[in-house]
Amino acid sequence: MSRRTVAELSRSLARGEFSSTELTRDYLSRIKQFNGVYNAYITVTEELALAQAGAADQRRARGEYGPLTGIPIAHKDIFCMQDVRTTCASKMLSNFIAPYNATVVERLNAAGTVTLGKTNMDEFAMGSSNETSFFGAVRNPWDPERVPGGSSGGSAAAVAADLCAMATGTDTGGSIRQPAAFCGITGFKPSYGRISRWGMIAFASSLDQAGPISKSAEDAALMMNAIAGPDIKDSTCVDLAAPDYMATLNDSLQGLRIGVPRQHLAEGLGAEVESALQAALKVFENLGATIQEVDLPNSHLSVPAYYVIAPAEASANLSRFDGVRYGYRCADPVNLEDMYKRSRNEGFGSEVKRRIMIGTYALSAGFYDAYYIKAQQIRRLIKQDFDNAFKEVDVIIGPTTPHTAFKLGEKNSDPVTMYLEDIYTIAVNLAGLPGMSIPAGSHQGLPIGIQLVGKDFDEARLLNVAHQYQQNTDWHLQGPEV
Amino acid sequence: MVWETVIGLEVHVQLDTKSKLFSGSSTTFGAEPNTQAGIYDLAMPGTLPVFNEAVLRMAVKFGLAIDAEIGRRSVFDRKNYFYPDLPKGYQVTQLQFPTVGKGSLQITLEDGSDKVIGITRAHIEEDAGKSLHEDFLGLTGIDLNRAGTALLEIVSEPELRNAKEAVAYLKKLHAIILYLGISDGNMAQGSMRCDANVSVRKLGAKEFGTRAEIKNINSFRFVEKAINHEVQRQINILEDGGRIIQETRLYDADKDETRSMRSKEVANDYRYFPEPDLLPVVIDEAYIESVRAELPELPNAKRARFVSQYGLSDYDAGVLASSREMANFYEEVVKICDDAKLSANWVTVDLQGLLNKSDLEINQSPVSATRLGALIGRIKDQTVSSKIAKTVFEAMLGNEQSVDEIIESQGLKQVTDSGAIEKLVDEVIAANPEQVTQYRAGKEKVFAFFIGQAMKVSKGKANPDQLNALLLQKLKG
Repeated sequence: MSRRTVAELSRSLARGEFSSTELTRDYLSRIKQFNGVYNAYITVTEELALAQAGAADQRRARGEYGPLTGIPIAHKDIFCMQDVRTTCASKMLSNFIAPYNATVVERLNAAGTVTLGKTNMDEFAMGSSNETSFFGAVRNPWDPERVPGGSSGGSAAAVAADLCAMATGTDTGGSIRQPAAFCGITGFKPSYGRISRWGMIAFASSLDQAGPISKSAEDAALMMNAIAGPDIKDSTCVDLAAPDYMATLNDSLQGLRIGVPRQHLAEGLGAEVESALQAALKVFENLGATIQEVDLPNSHLSVPAYYVIAPAEASANLSRFDGVRYGYRCADPVNLEDMYKRSRNEGFGSEVKRRIMIGTYALSAGFYDAYYIKAQQIRRLIKQDFDNAFKEVDVIIGPTTPHTAFKLGEKNSDPVTMYLEDIYTIAVNLAGLPGMSIPAGSHQGLPIGIQLVGKDFDEARLLNVAHQYQQNTDWHLQGPEV
Repeated sequence: MVWETVIGLEVHVQLDTKSKLFSGSSTTFGAEPNTQAGIYDLAMPGTLPVFNEAVLRMAVKFGLAIDAEIGRRSVFDRKNYFYPDLPKGYQVTQLQFPTVGKGSLQITLEDGSDKVIGITRAHIEEDAGKSLHEDFLGLTGIDLNRAGTALLEIVSEPELRNAKEAVAYLKKLHAIILYLGISDGNMAQGSMRCDANVSVRKLGAKEFGTRAEIKNINSFRFVEKAINHEVQRQINILEDGGRIIQETRLYDADKDETRSMRSKEVANDYRYFPEPDLLPVVIDEAYIESVRAELPELPNAKRARFVSQYGLSDYDAGVLASSREMANFYEEVVKICDDAKLSANWVTVDLQGLLNKSDLEINQSPVSATRLGALIGRIKDQTVSSKIAKTVFEAMLGNEQSVDEIIESQGLKQVTDSGAIEKLVDEVIAANPEQVTQYRAGKEKVFAFFIGQAMKVSKGKANPDQLNALLLQKLKG
């Protein structure tokens, strides 16, 4: 049963080749066998999974089912799940049982998915290697000495090692796309506002976006059909009905105009990634697309702007973790200030504290204009760059990361080196656009991803382009030797 | 040295919405602690705010009532600080783009003249919860029922020049808020809270002095006392050659003094930035007009109408229009008795006196507008004299009988039968020959004695005009 896409599993379930309960047991046993190696899950919800699988089988027997009914899924541990521990990979929330469901969880539950558990991640989604988790680093299934990327590293590793059929992730500066590239899978970040953020623990509210992590673009489309669309609980979720993302998957790419950002082919891009990108562009040309260079002149400003805006928002978003109402509280506080200081000092890891301090500094009186306001101005310039590029092309394609997965411990001594991991992905969040990473090559046994970026709310087009690529290549079908 | 006082008020008004500013939790006062705090109010991770549109309507209503600029695009900001009763660690408020911009309020000073006080802005923000320091054995309890309740913070220009003006401003604001029905305005329960920025400067100086902010004053009377105390404190310091420290002070009503809470010189940096979880609130002309259409007649307009429609004095009209309930009561009385001036006298003097004595509000009046109107009607048609009417009024308090029943059963009806009055006059003249002689000898003051006697005999019921005329006629006789 293993390493099959959701679409395939769905067909098998429909044909009665196996039940959801059998499928779920199979995944649970794989998790038992391999999670010790990869550390992809923080919490495994075995009982819940079997109950949901049983319910899915009954629904199926009654003829009430959809494409996701009975499909085992893993949720990034940033999504609140009622009565389930929701940690955000932080000591601060290591004892936190969420009292409600995130909209994403609610909608996938309603679609009949089976929750296997909650996946590991960088603490509060702050990191690009999944090494900042309070629950330990996640290992890349292609090479356990290497990182899976972050922050959705647990979800990416779980999909790559086939410890779930599909997973949810969140992407603030590349947290779905970069681990997808490192793990050789498909990661999709929709436009900002396409999917409700209700119940998704906030890192940077104006950048955070949930999305699917899957084995194929088709699977991503199936998940998008379940989770995309308006939600009155999130005012920033747009009031725009989501289309049927499956309906356009097979549209022809004849005449598609693809732009390749000049700035992404410059210094810093690994030769192996560049050649994989060129090969992929050839595939698209063969499918009838035209390729041209486009200019994103301000892209070099995206990392600095991001590292002002995201920490600024995070510094406020994380103030609620104060030891007063829930979460970690230090032992024997002598007074209020002592409780605040020690609870937060002991409850947060160093990367989280670093970003809170950066953000607090950037918002401080006297620095606000120089940092926050300026970063917002850059953000508008970056959006303009994309708007201009999209006057000439339909889709922008470039590298997802400068190189393949690096080794555990290789980059955590220097935060700035780590921040530059997201150099190609961050601008997409700043502009609020949809972006995805699909596997498009391999180097020394490690996968390479390419990034596709679309116009505002043009997710259907991205999924179509990715699906057509996957119909004509087999990189997405390759998995690691587990 | 002559000193001038400069006062600006920041008034927090709790808006009377069913649910909170950004969550569906109920806002009823006095519920068991933490029973009205939902997951957003508790700042559970992952929760998001949804703006309550009823709050916007109320804020715009207030803005229109004070002739303010209405923000076509208002923006919420986060104000960051740590406190246990502030669950998110930030308060959502409006810094740069408030819903209500510059407006003004007209107040009436003690000498009867009017003064216009500028209002800088009024912005929407969420209230904090409450910290409870008693009953927890040295620990602090947190009640988050109030957390997230909608407030309108109304900021005045520093244009108030003494404590009485500040009170007049606050009372006017209070009246408008009740007129609009956007808050219950209950200061004791904290639905309306006042912070006063107070400074003094040499009379004629252009620069403001250093100010102190007095926090959370919870009654009109305390506002006056707190400001007066603070002004004197500052003058004393300055006259002793000291300087004022910019700080926050707390008014202690028991000791009638203000004391320092914290120095603003080591001011909190609130690190405001736009709240990314909410979109800017955009208002169009049609929305504003739809709110305007709901506006009731406001105190100033009502006062002017009372003067022109009922021929009242400016003062009486002002008193009657000072609250919507009072004005409504008055107009109901007028409708029944059709005598506006008599009604004004009875409502502002007799009824108000009674209410003051028993510490009641007009809506708790033991005499309904219908009954008071009926009584005035009987004065008007001369069934009772004005004087006897007061006896009837007293009787109405402990009595559910109608006005006519009381007059009838207690025999208070005025005697207007000229035969009866003539008989009365004859009796009084016959009984007091000495005074008759005095009167006829030119001592006209004795006339009052005869009136008194006649009233005594008639138990006050003789029609005074008729009595007067007849007595005069007979004495001159």
